[in-house]
Amino acid sequence: MSTSEIDRQWTTRLRRRVEGKLPPEKLLPDTQPTYVSSWIYVFGIATLSSLGVVIGTGCILALRGPQWWHGSAYGHFINSMHLWSVEIFFFAMVVHLWGKFAMAAWRGGRALTWMTGVVTFLVSIGAGFTGYVSQSNFDSQWISTQAKDGINATGAGAYFNVLNLGQMLMWHIVLLPLGAIVLTGMHVLMVRIKGVVPPFEEGAEVAE
Amino acid sequence: MAFLLSFAALIPLDNLGHYIQWHIIEISVANLIVMILMVVTFIVALVAPFPGRSRRKENR
Repeated sequence: MSTSEIDRQWTTRLRRRVEGKLPPEKLLPDTQPTYVSSWIYVFGIATLSSLGVVIGTGCILALRGPQWWHGSAYGHFINSMHLWSVEIFFFAMVVHLWGKFAMAAWRGGRALTWMTGVVTFLVSIGAGFTGYVSQSNFDSQWISTQAKDGINATGAGAYFNVLNLGQMLMWHIVLLPLGAIVLTGMHVLMVRIKGVVPPFEEGAEVAE
Repeated sequence: MAFLLSFAALIPLDNLGHYIQWHIIEISVANLIVMILMVVTFIVALVAPFPGRSRRKENR
């Protein structure tokens, strides 16, 4: 195979592009700018950490099933951990959002970082909602019957029927977590590529 | 397990929720507390000193 043929391969082009945009020292940096030493920058990683606990406890719940999480003390404990890690996830994500909004974090070519964060937030709301209607208890019945008319009025009912427990559970444990994880991965990679947005007083140093 | 159950007993969750109503706005006390906590956390995160910040500035 000639050199020009190798150069044209999509694997070669993709590798060179990734190497150029995301060298190892950018992907896993050992230092951060001075302005990152503020509590407001902590909430991004707090959101990411709580997402890890959400996924971990969700996997345990998926392995053991509803009878276990409703009927055993250990199941209640893991079920509660799943709920409270979601609470911390949204709490930290909202504070992260406020902080990034206040510092206009889309500056310096970071629009895609901002938008992946926005869409992750929306997907997470969907994941939270489908979690509430997948509990398989009276609470989930109440929430789904309260929500059905609103959802059906949007025309989404054919693919998103809140009274269909099986469909809601699949949305909750497959489609929406997949979306949230992929988008979160993209978001973190975009932060690594573009760097953490500096505060306004250091605006002159905003880098592409 | 009794240790875990003692945590669960800290806040009674079997009672009816409390709601605050103001004109067309109705919100549960629990949600209002979470929203207030988020605002307080946001303000504290902006003003609270971060450990080691002054040392990092000196090394700059």
